Amino acid sequence: MKLVIVAGPPSSGKTAVIRQIIRGIPGMATAYLKIDVTRAFEVEELVQEFGIPAKVVYSGDLCPDHAGVMVLADALSWAKNEGADLLIVESAGLCLRCAPYTTQALGLVVLSATSGIHTPLKMGSMVALADIAVITRTDLVSQAEKEVFSEHVREVNPSLELIETNAVQGTGMRYLLREVEQFPAITDAGTIHLRGEPPLGVCTICIGKKEIGWQNHFGVVRTLDGADYLYRGD
Amino acid sequence: MPAPSNHSGMHCSTGHTISILPGRTRTGEHEPFDRIDIGPGDTISIVGPTGSGKSAFISDIEVFARGDTATGRTILVDGRLPDEAFVRDPAQKPVALITQNTRCLTDLTVRDFLAMHVRSRKIEKQGIIGETIALANEFTGEKITEEARMTALSGGQTRSLMVADAIMVSCAPLILLDEVENAGIFKDRVIDVLRLHHKALIFVTHDPLVALMSDRRIVMKNGGVAKVLEPNGSEVAALRSAKEMNVLLSRMRERIREGDLITGVA
Ligand SMILES: Nc1ncnc2c1ncn2[C@@H]1O[C@H](COP(=O)(O)OP(=O)(O)OP(=O)(O)O)[C@@H](O)[C@H]1O
Ligand SMILES: Nc1nc2c(ncn2[C@@H]2O[C@H](COP(=O)(O)OP(=O)(O)O)[C@@H](O)[C@H]2O)c(=O)[nH]1
Ligand SMILES: [Mg+2]
Ligand SMILES: [Mg+2]
Ligand SMILES: [Zn+2]
Repeated sequence: MKLVIVAGPPSSGKTAVIRQIIRGIPGMATAYLKIDVTRAFEVEELVQEFGIPAKVVYSGDLCPDHAGVMVLADALSWAKNEGADLLIVESAGLCLRCAPYTTQALGLVVLSATSGIHTPLKMGSMVALADIAVITRTDLVSQAEKEVFSEHVREVNPSLELIETNAVQGTGMRYLLREVEQFPAITDAGTIHLRGEPPLGVCTICIGKKEIGWQNHFGVVRTLDGADYLYRGD
Repeated sequence: MPAPSNHSGMHCSTGHTISILPGRTRTGEHEPFDRIDIGPGDTISIVGPTGSGKSAFISDIEVFARGDTATGRTILVDGRLPDEAFVRDPAQKPVALITQNTRCLTDLTVRDFLAMHVRSRKIEKQGIIGETIALANEFTGEKITEEARMTALSGGQTRSLMVADAIMVSCAPLILLDEVENAGIFKDRVIDVLRLHHKALIFVTHDPLVALMSDRRIVMKNGGVAKVLEPNGSEVAALRSAKEMNVLLSRMRERIREGDLITGVA
């Protein structure tokens, strides 16, 4: 079985891209897992449209990218039991500190060309740790903007493969389908791990202390003018 | 044939022949042509009612369709399926599309925006930004300044700048224009300048003057090509009168804008 992990900001076109993958590789039995914070609509839509096994996990209080990692081993067994050749995981795309990509998985970041040319620079590890950037809504911007946008994506991650598309129509998708088709299957699910270093950002707000001001908190804190994070012992 | 003016960048490559192979209409009929070839310097207009597939036709060219769009058409470059770099590397891509809804979303000044595009193209030519803005200003009556913000440009200014950018920075040998006649752009001037630069040009239009200025005219119907017309000079008289009427209308438009009462046609 192959694993494809799709990240990207909300409404960037992740589901539209996933639809094109499912539609474009009809020979591959696909299972779909959506990770979201409180509400997601994809599962009903994709089940209705393609009749594929699909599940949603709500992360609630947990960072959605962390929740995805927590459930991934279970999800791989589930997809395997469903007879899937391909598991596609769609992230919530809200956490800009974390990235959901793992080893032995194809990591796609979906970015909308209409989101402003500086967006790629703000997306941090979501772009830096991906294998492929799919740039959607290229039907709505000029050639010049498309080029500048792509240039900024490359600035964050020069080795990223870029695919421009109108994800609704599926233009340019042949290059993405080829990458998915050529990507190797999981060799050893027991050794899959998260790529990159997850941020070690746990502070007392994370555990429910609500006062404002760093003076009221412990763990990793920061001040307005100090550029560095400080550790304030318990 | 007029010599290309000194506008054209030295980094621009020469043209290619782009061919369109037929697809299907919205109701599945085969399109009634074998192949449409577009060579350097050719001008083609696309006409037809709203929803007849004009924008889809030029979009097929822009994305180098390979049976993978709604129309099932295939695009060849120099007689073959294009190399991947042609489609994916902007520096090699031989077409630039200025769409019906081209808006610039980037909140930068015109100068910074063009500088960024020039940088991403690794062009070192001095003065190219100023030349691009000057060319854009030949297409629009509302002057574009270097300091203007891209997001504050009018529709006509944006399109003018994008056409100038396609010529000067993108160096695209084939330019696709979707309804360039919309507000605030000197449509016949754009076409003349593109010809001067020896660009191949395909334009979607509802405007008789623009339609008559092309060498060939593709008539769309129900999502497919219905006819390919080659007037071969038979429309010269019609073009002449369209030009005269256009001069008259432009003059009237200016006077109406100035607030005059129009009591005679001269
Ligand atoms: N051959 C085809 N088969 C299926 N769908 C098509 C075909 N040609 C066009 N379409 C679809 O029909 C719709 C209308 O086409 P398009 O936008 O190209 O029309 P248009 O002639 O540009 O109209 P307008 O003058 O209003 O801009 C689009 O959604 C397009 O994708
Ligand atoms: N015009 C255009 N619309 C797109 C494109 N990609 C996605 N959309 C639309 O944008 C909206 C959000 O896309 P969706 O896939 O749900 O985004 P997600 O939240 O990242 O999964 C939907 O209405 C899509 O149809 C694109 O390339 N072009
Ligand atoms: Mg989605
Ligand atoms: Mg149109
Ligand atoms: Zn996180």
